Amino acid sequence: MKSSISIEMIMLLAALLFVLGLVGVVIRKNIIFMLLAVEIMLNASGLAFVAAGSRWAQPDGQVMFIFILAMAAAEVSVGLALILQIYHQHKSLDIDKLKEMKG
Amino acid sequence: MNNLLWLIPVLPLFGFLILGLTGKHLSRFWVAIIGAGSVSLSAIITFIVGISFLALPPASGHYSQTLWTWIQVADFNSRITLFLDALSLVFVFVITFVGALIHIYSVAFMAKDKDYSRFFACMNLFVFSMLLLVLADNLLLLYLGWEGVGLCSYLLIGFWYENPVNGYAARKAFIITRVGDTAMAIGLFVIFYQFGTLVISDVLVKAPALWHQGASMATVTALLLLAGGVGKSAQLPLQTWLPDAMAGPSPVSALIHAATMVTAGVYLIARMHVIFQLSPVAQMIVATIGAATLVIAGFSALTQYDIKRVLAYSTISQIGYMFLALGIGAWTAAIFHFMIHAFFKALLFLAAGAVIEALHHEHNMFKMGGLKNKLPVIFWTFLIGSASLAALPLISAGFYSKDQILWYTWASRDGNPLFWFIAFLGALITAAYTTRMMILTFWGEAKTEPGHQPGKLMTIPLIILAFFSVFAGFIELPHNFGHFRPFSNLLQQILPETVLKTTLNSELLFQLLAFLATFGGIYLAYVFYYKQPQRIEKLRQSKLVKNLYIFWFSGWGFDQFYQVLVVKPIVFIASINKNDVVDKIYQGIELVTERLYRFLSFTQSGSLRWYIMGLVVGAIIILSIQIML
Amino acid sequence: MRSHPLIYIACYLKMDIAFYTTALVTVISTVMVITRHNPVHALLYLVISLLSLSLIFFLLGAPFAALLEIIIYAGAIMVLFIFVIMLLNLGKETAKQEKEWLKPKVWIGPAILSIILFVELFYLIMMAHAVPYSLQIVNSKVVAISLFGPYLIGVELAAMLLMTGVVGAAHIGQHKKIVLHRFLKEEEPL
Repeated sequence: MKSSISIEMIMLLAALLFVLGLVGVVIRKNIIFMLLAVEIMLNASGLAFVAAGSRWAQPDGQVMFIFILAMAAAEVSVGLALILQIYHQHKSLDIDKLKEMKG
Repeated sequence: MNNLLWLIPVLPLFGFLILGLTGKHLSRFWVAIIGAGSVSLSAIITFIVGISFLALPPASGHYSQTLWTWIQVADFNSRITLFLDALSLVFVFVITFVGALIHIYSVAFMAKDKDYSRFFACMNLFVFSMLLLVLADNLLLLYLGWEGVGLCSYLLIGFWYENPVNGYAARKAFIITRVGDTAMAIGLFVIFYQFGTLVISDVLVKAPALWHQGASMATVTALLLLAGGVGKSAQLPLQTWLPDAMAGPSPVSALIHAATMVTAGVYLIARMHVIFQLSPVAQMIVATIGAATLVIAGFSALTQYDIKRVLAYSTISQIGYMFLALGIGAWTAAIFHFMIHAFFKALLFLAAGAVIEALHHEHNMFKMGGLKNKLPVIFWTFLIGSASLAALPLISAGFYSKDQILWYTWASRDGNPLFWFIAFLGALITAAYTTRMMILTFWGEAKTEPGHQPGKLMTIPLIILAFFSVFAGFIELPHNFGHFRPFSNLLQQILPETVLKTTLNSELLFQLLAFLATFGGIYLAYVFYYKQPQRIEKLRQSKLVKNLYIFWFSGWGFDQFYQVLVVKPIVFIASINKNDVVDKIYQGIELVTERLYRFLSFTQSGSLRWYIMGLVVGAIIILSIQIML
Repeated sequence: MRSHPLIYIACYLKMDIAFYTTALVTVISTVMVITRHNPVHALLYLVISLLSLSLIFFLLGAPFAALLEIIIYAGAIMVLFIFVIMLLNLGKETAKQEKEWLKPKVWIGPAILSIILFVELFYLIMMAHAVPYSLQIVNSKVVAISLFGPYLIGVELAAMLLMTGVVGAAHIGQHKKIVLHRFLKEEEPL
């Protein structure tokens, strides 16, 4: 059965999710929440890829999605390790406290 | 002998280069050897060249040595050519000979100074520039030497630069002579425009062909050249710098401001005599300036208490005599007076320097006295120099030269009795202030005790100069003493014969009048300062005399006049423009940059959220551009 | 059964309805992620978001991607987050702090800018005149063949990337032993 979901709608959804993730990165001060929002953004771009692959009936979209997934996994693990170290040293997860520039 | 010409200026140049570059590392002994030795060697070579010139006069009347071509542009060609004829020979002889003696004197005089090598470097550079000036064959090279001596004068007046007064005096000298130099440069432009060449001999040949007698262009050119001479030679109206230039060391005053640099104007006018002869108006102005200056300076010298300032005003006055002589057409007399003046004025300055040094830098004559027996060598040489200055008849060289000028002011075709009277008055005043100076310094009771006797290096040059101050006059005897005139004969090749308007019979009368002037002046000073000093006290009571004294003391108010006329407006304009308008443009650029920097430095806050916002804004901007296009 | 028109329409429509509801769930849960104070709440909402996204993948005809999404994203990455929150003991104080930090003046500006961005994206997407195509199923067999064929090098690189991640995380996360001078050591409590 053919589906009639237009590709624009899906792209719109991806854009919406991306923007929401962006908002999340910018508003939050806690590093963990920022990382979470970054994950949302990555997800949104993955959705765009998969939708494109489905539209052209090619596996490339999903392959791209797999790569994004791998990258997200690696990035999250390293990022969280860094967050642990930051917490250890600065005793705080406030991103403004990590600023070492003067003015 | 042609080939040795270049050594004469180049030896002091080498001295300057060596001392200027490495002087600080050489010992005092070597600095003295190089500094005084270079000029002395130059003097010896001058002797050799001079003797061969006199013994075997060259056919063209001059030696010429071209070194290389300096500038060659289109039709304009300026070579570095050294040109020695009789006029230059006299000047070169004076410069190197008197210069060498002064350098030897300074070896001892400046021995305790910490800037020993700098002094000799500057002095050597000065001798080089002055030699270049008188040996130049074209006006551009002459101007180079002209500027060079101006520079060295500045460097040497402000030699002790830690004292700001010396710096001010040096700046004053430089700026005032600059006025004259600018006029002279314009004169050079006019000459080049008219004749297409700056080579002196060519100009002097072409000038009568192009200009008729009394042509306005000739007058303009002559006046412009005169302005240059007036600046360098400290004549009216640019004479105010010379008394202040006494802030420099005494050898500097002797060399630059007595014997050589201040006579550069005399040389210029004598050299370019053809142009002056073409313009009787200009000649009259030259003579008037000379006459006015000599009497103004004479009166000023009568009131000074600093011994060097007396001598400075005296220099201005004597150069006034030279200008007067040039103006009335007595060319050789002016040069003769220059030579004799160089000898005795250098002697006076060096002796005064010795006195000042022996009395621990005491310049005030009223605090000296009684040095007749304490400093005998200086006393006798100073006496001989003063006798020459006062033109003591027959036995001093000054008599022969000054008497000649006095005679010509009456007898020459362009002379007139008014000039004679002014020169006569000047001679009287000269004798008066000279005697005053002698009495105050050497007679009476000693108010300051001398520290030590001057050494041989200082006294031997004094003795040599004293010898010349007496005997150098005998090479040019007046007409009624016999027609022994080797000096004029030598210069006749270059300078025209003075045209007389009356017969020569009355020359004896004028000589007697000259005697009168001299003795009258001496007697006046003797009465007022030695015999009956209470007369001075009585004079001081009179209000008129007091005001006159102040007026003469300040050099007839020229300094104050220039202060109001020139200095105040310029300083005012400079202070208005203190926040320079043109500068504001560049400051504006700087300001904008700084504001931009401050604005942009906000973007580097180090806060991650700020950077992300930046990314967002950037994305928005790019997308909007995409949408719009 | 399929011959009845209503059922036909219902079958035809159900893809759309399913998609739009799932999309709604995704968006709402994402909004909740970014606005919660408690980190665990946010995480849970994110898991819901991921699950609904996975369902959308199914609807798009990409079953392999959907499964991967659940297994890796919701299964592994979110668990990592939970571990870190547990290690850092982020609890009530964090919630209180977040409440302080999320004042309106903080999120108004970014929200406005992001709305502008979204509007632009909306405009750009709508402007593109695309010929309407329908979405097709791309099953795992095709994806697998593609991965072992043309994208082999990508797989290798992804593997290296993962190794980097592992090694990096292990190295960064280690605790250095701080040796204090014996005078600086705290006294053991009795």
